[in-house]
Amino acid sequence: MEMEGGSTSGSVGEGAQVTRQFSPARSRAFYRFTQQNLPACKPVLTPGCVITIFLLMGIVLTPVGLVCLRASESVVEIVNRYDIECIPVPYRSNKVAYIRDSSISKNCTLKIKVENRMKAPIYIYYELDNYYQNHRRYVKSRSDKQLRHGLEYKDTSSCKPEEKSNGLPIVPCGLIAWSLFNDSYSFIHDTVEMKVNRKNISWKSDREHKFGKNVYPFNFQNGTLIGGGKLNPKVPLSEQEDLIVWMRAAALPKFRKLYGVIEENLEANEVIEVRVANNYNTYSFGGKKKLVLTTSNWLGGKNNFLGIAYMATGSLCIVISILFALIHVKNPRPHGDPTYLSWNRKSNAS
Amino acid sequence: MNLDGETNLKRKQSLQITSSLTNDQSFQKFKALIKCEDPNDKLYSFIGTMYFNGVQYPLSPQQILLRDSKLRNTQYVYGIVIFTGHDTKVMQNAMDPPSKRSNVERRMDKIIYLLFTILVVIASIGSIFFGIKTKGEMSEGNYMWYLRPDKSSIFFDPRRAGLAAFCHFLTSLMLYGCLIPISLYISIEIVKVLQSTFINQDQKMYCEESDKPARARTSNLNEELGQVHTILSDKTGTLTCNSMEFVKCSIGGVAYGSGSTEAEKSYRKDKEINYFELKPLSSGFNGYERLVKGFNFYDDRLMNGQWVKEPHSETVQMFFRVLAICHTAIPVVESKSVSYEAESPDEAAFVTTARELGFEFFQRTQMSISLHEFDLKIGRKVIRTYKLLNILEFSSARKRMSVIVRTEEDELLLFCKGADGVIFEKLSKDGQVFEAETKCHINEYSEAGLRTLAVAYRKLTEEEYRIWNEEFLAAKSSVNADHDMIVDEAAEKIEKDLILLGATGVEDRLQKGVPECINKLAEAGIKIWILTGDKLETAVNIGFACHLLRKEMKNIVIKLDTPEISVLKDGDKEAIKMAINERIANQIREAQSQVSSSKGSSVSFALIIDGNSLAYALSSGLENSFLDLAVDCASVICCRISPKQKALVTRLVKRRTRKTTLAIGDGANDVGMLQEADIGVGISGVEGMQAVMSSDFAIAQFRFLERLLLVHGHWCYRRIAAMICYFFYKNLAFGFTLFWFEAHALFSAQPAYNDWYISFYNVAFTSLPVMALGVFDKDVSSAICLKFPSLHQDGIRNIFFSWPRILGWMLNGIITATIIYYFTTNAILDQAFRSDGRVAGSELLGATMYTCVVWAVNCQLALYLSYFTWIQHLLIWGSIFFWYIFLVIYGFFPPTISTTAYRVFLEACVSSPLYWLSSLFIVVAALLPYFSYLTFQTMFFPKYHHSIQRAKTGDS
Repeated sequence: MEMEGGSTSGSVGEGAQVTRQFSPARSRAFYRFTQQNLPACKPVLTPGCVITIFLLMGIVLTPVGLVCLRASESVVEIVNRYDIECIPVPYRSNKVAYIRDSSISKNCTLKIKVENRMKAPIYIYYELDNYYQNHRRYVKSRSDKQLRHGLEYKDTSSCKPEEKSNGLPIVPCGLIAWSLFNDSYSFIHDTVEMKVNRKNISWKSDREHKFGKNVYPFNFQNGTLIGGGKLNPKVPLSEQEDLIVWMRAAALPKFRKLYGVIEENLEANEVIEVRVANNYNTYSFGGKKKLVLTTSNWLGGKNNFLGIAYMATGSLCIVISILFALIHVKNPRPHGDPTYLSWNRKSNAS
Repeated sequence: MNLDGETNLKRKQSLQITSSLTNDQSFQKFKALIKCEDPNDKLYSFIGTMYFNGVQYPLSPQQILLRDSKLRNTQYVYGIVIFTGHDTKVMQNAMDPPSKRSNVERRMDKIIYLLFTILVVIASIGSIFFGIKTKGEMSEGNYMWYLRPDKSSIFFDPRRAGLAAFCHFLTSLMLYGCLIPISLYISIEIVKVLQSTFINQDQKMYCEESDKPARARTSNLNEELGQVHTILSDKTGTLTCNSMEFVKCSIGGVAYGSGSTEAEKSYRKDKEINYFELKPLSSGFNGYERLVKGFNFYDDRLMNGQWVKEPHSETVQMFFRVLAICHTAIPVVESKSVSYEAESPDEAAFVTTARELGFEFFQRTQMSISLHEFDLKIGRKVIRTYKLLNILEFSSARKRMSVIVRTEEDELLLFCKGADGVIFEKLSKDGQVFEAETKCHINEYSEAGLRTLAVAYRKLTEEEYRIWNEEFLAAKSSVNADHDMIVDEAAEKIEKDLILLGATGVEDRLQKGVPECINKLAEAGIKIWILTGDKLETAVNIGFACHLLRKEMKNIVIKLDTPEISVLKDGDKEAIKMAINERIANQIREAQSQVSSSKGSSVSFALIIDGNSLAYALSSGLENSFLDLAVDCASVICCRISPKQKALVTRLVKRRTRKTTLAIGDGANDVGMLQEADIGVGISGVEGMQAVMSSDFAIAQFRFLERLLLVHGHWCYRRIAAMICYFFYKNLAFGFTLFWFEAHALFSAQPAYNDWYISFYNVAFTSLPVMALGVFDKDVSSAICLKFPSLHQDGIRNIFFSWPRILGWMLNGIITATIIYYFTTNAILDQAFRSDGRVAGSELLGATMYTCVVWAVNCQLALYLSYFTWIQHLLIWGSIFFWYIFLVIYGFFPPTISTTAYRVFLEACVSSPLYWLSSLFIVVAALLPYFSYLTFQTMFFPKYHHSIQRAKTGDS
């Protein structure tokens, strides 16, 4: 915020005029520059101006907050945690063993009730918690050059520890790709499978410039230890949008990633069935998995924080301005009264 | 030769015996041996002997040209080189220039240590947590398989968590390296150089007469100017012009001259308020315009040849003859007018006066002096030539000089002028006719602040002179160490039975504006000490003249020549020393009780002490009590003090008060003091450049000190202090966002921002506005600074750079960082970032957070600034704008270079209302704590400068 108000009088002609011979205009400006006498505005915090500033801030911030809050409230969001629900009761005591056991079917079905009408497009996210995609070891373990140029680019040392397997380079290499999220969801509404658009869920720049059009997965998930999902070796990386989304590292341990978009409206009180392939292991580190269905508007998704914070700050400003005004009216201090000067008081007291 | 600070001529003469060698050929067979002293630093003595043709000839300083001398009035000289290089007296005098740093900078170093500690602490905290977390990666129930803990490098190996933690510590030192503002040192250097340029350019510190601007010779003491607590000032040439003016004289017991002196004016000013009625005094008097330098004498009885009509015209004639003849000045004849070059300005004043009153000295040869003078008998001007027989030179021990001349009438005359005390002792019985009146006049003159000299003469008989001259010549050619003393003794034999003619009063004029300047500085709460080599009376006179001493002040005088001590003179040396010491201690104690008893009342004290007492007072036992006393007094005058003592006093004041001292002086004798003080200010006036060369600032006149300290000092101090505080603020604000992010990334030393954002933070987005603060900010205009000198107290109390303030700014930085981090993460994370459902990853969090940091720190600066010209606006808003430009350009680099910043702004941020709304809000929120604090403080607990700023707005 810039302090406005106060005096804006330029301190022009503060002292003696030019003593040396100066040619007009430019040198005059230069002269004033060297004499530190340029025209200037000097904001001074007078009580009136302080009160006005706070009041103005309050008046601006509060309505903005209201608008944000309304926008956020208008978003319909359904969050469904399924990582426990999807484990059959007998296995619940040892979830890690269950998820590691490839012989057991991982399918499970969730029922989601739509409380309010959701207008298309409805965005499907998976939300992970306690998953440190921002860990330095994890973030560094990728090769942008390989993603762009594929096997042409040989130096994959930055991808350690997932740079090679069986003596051959891995495409895409690195921990991030290796740990690709591989739960999948299908949505059934009135026994009809809903169309989920899985295209165009990643940033365009990633598809076009970061992931090569001629780079195909190679030797991926062929090692002794298999991390996450597998990739179709026939499809170039630039079209593997799941991977592209996953490769944009999240900022914090709790994050959402876009899975797909449902292109039809959901009416209130409808129930949809979600078939989940619960493949991804979050059990060994105590992570949570959630499925999120949400609409979106101009402000993005549902988050009341900004609106509330705006309003809180706005009202705080108004309160402060009223407080200052009250104190000032009750106990006005004349301008520049020297008896108020800090050491005049001190020296009088001593 | 300007080595000793004086540009006056020094007369140098070759030995009589060698003066015949005038061409190259004559040196072909010249063979002589010179024996002389070892190299030393005494400029005014030289002992040596030349053996030539088996005869010894003594060599004195008269024959020595010091290094760097310039020849005047002669074309060339032949000479022998005696010492070269470091053996020369000049080089022997050179001291290593001290390296000076300002208080602010010294404290800044401590803050850097503090920051370094913070850095280490943060890094260690991170490492400890990192170690614990890494160890936990393998544990049951928290096996982070996606990090492959089973197959990791030493940096992350859970099985060797200790080593990993140590490696992490090193990584974090790099990551948080931005906490240590390396660019601060560079920025400060640049800012100080620019500040110095402003000082150099200031038209109001430009002296037109001498065409000399103020000069900041070092740039690293600018802010120290605003913290000056004590000024130690030289007197001659600093407070006074060191151009003497002949104002009054007493001839034959009659006082002449009606000009008035500065000291008298000052008295009058104190007494009467309607002083302005006396105004014509300064411009001219009785219709005579003051045109002649060194001459300010107006009396119709003497001027324009009227002296002939005075009753004792012969005495008057003799008096002016003495002035015209008894000197060592050299006339410079230019067309019709004659001007003089003299060793001391007093002499120039005398000769000028003699000329103005009709005794025009126009020619000097080795053997004679010629005058145009009015002959009483013939009644018109004639040329008279006096044969110059001997010159008995002035020395500080003799305090007089004499010449012996033979007139055209073949009369032998000795003319003598000197300190009144010395002359009065040597009067003959007949010569004492006017003694009482003259003494009375001399007292009046010295009270009026004039330098006085008594003038006398005697007639010699041929016989007497012949005998004495032989003796004197013998003494002169003696070669032992006591040479000087023997010559003095010989000279003394003829300087007796003098006939008193009168006395002169010469004014050492105060420089323009000195009293006003001292007044202002005193109002600013600066203590002023005068350290001078002059007599106590003269010093006190000058003290009154320049308002340092006022009538209502109580003067405490500490001096040695009190009766008890003179009684003691017979005892042995140790006993005397003890007694003197005791005596001084008593005087100090008495004075102290006097001062402490009147504490609280409005009486202020002035301490006056002479050099001898000072030597005792500064001895180890007494120095503390003396300095305590001195600090309690409003002004202190030390007189009869040697250059070495000046430096000593300066050092003690500096040590004892632990405040900034400023020494100001113009001569070579002030060099020690200038180098010793925290700030040395040299006056680049008429005296030489020696003081200027060893000073930190050079100004042309004392009065500019007011502007230098109160305006530039105030500004520079405030600017530098604010700049440093702000620098720490901005680096902490940035560093702590990194820390908070790292804390949420398992302390894995993952930076929140793209590497290039971090590198450019101090270079591109925040460096220029802070320079604008350091170079251009003005809390109040110069006129206000001068109108309210007590603003200077800000600096003395160091309120802009006190530890609470510094820590407050640091805290502010941490608060800002915390607000930015938590608000950003809460506002933009998890949910969709845009209407198309895309979420924000670490790259968007980084960009948004960085945007907020850049806005917040730059706006914080804008909040702090109290002076906006287009430069500030350009730099602040330009820096913020440049961040966006940078983001766009950087985003266009191929993804392998720009990595996480690739197209981040154009693709993701621009079209996201969330980005704009949250950055707006977060910036406001981050600044709100400081702004509330600031407004609360200015409204309810204003500092002095706040009040002044507000008072000013009230006026306009």
